[in-house]
Amino acid sequence: MSLETLWFVVIAALWTGYFVLEGFDFGVGMSLPFLGRGQDADDSEKRKRVLLNTIGPFWDGNEVWLITAAGAMFAAFPAWYGTLFSGFYLAFFAILIALILRNMGFEYRHKRTSPRWRRGWDICIVAGSLLPPLLLGIGLTNMVVGVPITQNANGDFLFTGTLLTLLNPLALLGGLVFVGLSLAHGMHFIALKTAGEIRQGARRLATRFGVVATVFALVLLLWFDITTGTAASWVTTVLAVIGLVGALAANAIGREGWAFIGSTLTWVMTLSTYFLALFPNLMTSSTAERFSLTVHNAASTHLTLQIMSWTALVFVPITLLYSAWNYWVFRRRLAVEHIPAAHDPLAAEEQVPA
Amino acid sequence: MNTLDLARWQFAITTVYHFLFVPITIGMSAIVAYFHTRWVVKRDPEMLRLAKFFGKLFTINFALGLVTGIVQEFQFGMNWSAYSRFVGDIFGAPLAFEALLAFFLESTFLGLWIFGWGRLPEKLHAMTIWIVHIGTVLSAYFILSANSFMQNPVGWRYNPQKNRAELTDFMAVLTNKVQLVTFPHVITASYMVGGAVIMGVALYQQMRSKDPDRGMYRKATRIGAIVTLVGGLGVAVTGDAQGKIMTDVQPMKMAAAEALYDTQNRCAAFSIFTVGTPDGQSQKFAVKVPCVLSFLATGSVNGKVDGINDLKRTLPGQLQAQAKADGIPEQYVSPDQLTPTIWMTYWNFRFMIGAGMAAAFFAALTLWATRKGRTPTSRWWTPLAVVTPLLTVFGQSFGWIFTEVGRQPWLVYGVITTSSGVSPSSTTGQVLFSMIGFTLLYAVLAVIEVKLFLDYTRKGAEPFEEPRMVESDDELQFAY
Repeated sequence: MSLETLWFVVIAALWTGYFVLEGFDFGVGMSLPFLGRGQDADDSEKRKRVLLNTIGPFWDGNEVWLITAAGAMFAAFPAWYGTLFSGFYLAFFAILIALILRNMGFEYRHKRTSPRWRRGWDICIVAGSLLPPLLLGIGLTNMVVGVPITQNANGDFLFTGTLLTLLNPLALLGGLVFVGLSLAHGMHFIALKTAGEIRQGARRLATRFGVVATVFALVLLLWFDITTGTAASWVTTVLAVIGLVGALAANAIGREGWAFIGSTLTWVMTLSTYFLALFPNLMTSSTAERFSLTVHNAASTHLTLQIMSWTALVFVPITLLYSAWNYWVFRRRLAVEHIPAAHDPLAAEEQVPA
Repeated sequence: MNTLDLARWQFAITTVYHFLFVPITIGMSAIVAYFHTRWVVKRDPEMLRLAKFFGKLFTINFALGLVTGIVQEFQFGMNWSAYSRFVGDIFGAPLAFEALLAFFLESTFLGLWIFGWGRLPEKLHAMTIWIVHIGTVLSAYFILSANSFMQNPVGWRYNPQKNRAELTDFMAVLTNKVQLVTFPHVITASYMVGGAVIMGVALYQQMRSKDPDRGMYRKATRIGAIVTLVGGLGVAVTGDAQGKIMTDVQPMKMAAAEALYDTQNRCAAFSIFTVGTPDGQSQKFAVKVPCVLSFLATGSVNGKVDGINDLKRTLPGQLQAQAKADGIPEQYVSPDQLTPTIWMTYWNFRFMIGAGMAAAFFAALTLWATRKGRTPTSRWWTPLAVVTPLLTVFGQSFGWIFTEVGRQPWLVYGVITTSSGVSPSSTTGQVLFSMIGFTLLYAVLAVIEVKLFLDYTRKGAEPFEEPRMVESDDELQFAY
């Protein structure tokens, strides 16, 4: 395997890792309106806090997969990075705003007890968990199926479409697939990480979201296989569907761990299908084949790729080890009984006048 | 305003904003780690209370530093795609390494620290916050080596077939002589910031608390003040070294820092401030210290310092000849201006030094006022407790504005101009829209964060509770 191909695989793996991990964060974030609804305001609040605490120690590290994926694209295929991010400008702008709001919601929601404060951050968390998978799904789908790209005299590849170019039906379907998979994945995660009513609720929803996600994903992946697919992408498509259906079956018989592994497999295979359909292109030009960015015309020098390969070889295993340890430390299931009373300096001042 | 101007404004706004929170994170994490360790080692309950109290303030601040950091990375691709393609072979790797080696550490171990109360063994738990700190420092190293490449490109060559700059020596990039002084300068400045924030908050609490809390806060006040002072000393020493290297690699920046128009062959004076046109071109009144500039720039009171007017004549020719020898096409190295914006470099340089010196002075004053168990009583100490951290934070902003504006019109000095780096496909409307979007969102978030920070500051440390491990049915000791 050439170094260029290796880094294509690494970047595909980083995007895959991102959706495997942050996929359930998005699912948890989007679930607040359904699973966070209890008998009364107090109960609802407790449930929301259980949900958020299932991902509390993890979401930040999970998001670094996105930063690393983008950083690796920048370093290994600078032209890819420049063309994708400048081309899909407004989409990335919206993703950034959404992630900022979501993360601030995670960090600040619990710092005050006022219902208004918490409702505000709830909206940020839900919107901030829905938009990124939707937009990234749209973006990645466009990247694979092709968008208008030309090249200028300096050698810069330029996206020549508009925002509307990106909002084509197939890409929108891709966005829905990413949202659907995030929801199903998130439900399996919650079922695995909580106890009591929330766990039961998550299992019920996992079935519903899982069926919808399966249908959407099947249509999209088959479309890829038929148009640009290879033997390998057919295999990954089959495995993706096995993962989805397997997750549904495991969920139905109460094997939550297997269900989560099933939806993880689906993410891996979905992203694999995307990147197999893309390779050896990085961004397919619908204008003319010679304007497509490929692992050959957009790659960095061998020196850079070599340095990155050695660094990754040493530090990726270390990173995976301590990330896994993090999940091990906080492996316990959470229930409403485990949630302590909230702290709020404003509330404290009201109770004890100075 | 055209796309270039807007892209520059957006970068300036988002970067300066991001870097308000970063040095606080770097400096505060070390001191919180110190408090936490003291508790584990000495079983001093006050240290645990301080670790938790400042830990909360730390996370309030960290949140904003984190979310605004992603914008920084994406922005290179969004607004500066020509630049990304042109130097990505060199510039991309430090960014990728920053994510892999530093961000994962910071994010994962901060999660472990925040949620680890009662769930991790004590010593291991204290270690996690140290690892967070190491992550912040590593992150600074990588991003500063990328920035130092822009200030003083090393370890690269131009490839005409690909029309881009390519890496030839990665170690040279990581040990760039600009990097070797910039990194300690930024880190010591960040300790100064962290120390001053702790000092300010603790001093405020010390003055309003009663014993025994007063004694606890006094300890924190003094630790913060000492860190500020020691950091300040480091900033001065490294800043001095940086001045000499800057004079060597970017003579125009030093001339612009001083608004020195005419070359001084010996004993150039350091201007403290000037009244006249803002760029110092015509002076009505100026306070100058003789020979100090020569010493700052060259290490000798008799050193020669080049002036702006001479550099304007000689420097562009030199840089272009060098670029031609390197083979870079002319369009990349044809600047539309010959100097940076002098009034910005001149005043930011002064504000940076002034803010740093004032903060160090206030820290010394605070140490004096809190000696032998004392607590200051004059009402002047409250504004001082507020102003000192702000001076250090904004001092760093002034420093960055100075060093980035001073590099103009270059994006990578002598290799690619700023105007050549902007995304060719960006439209003015897009960049304007995103600039307004980020600015408004950042402004709202700043209001929320400052309010939260102040409320938690006013609330003070929680009473001491003997920590214990959480059993399976217990409530969590920390939860969202």
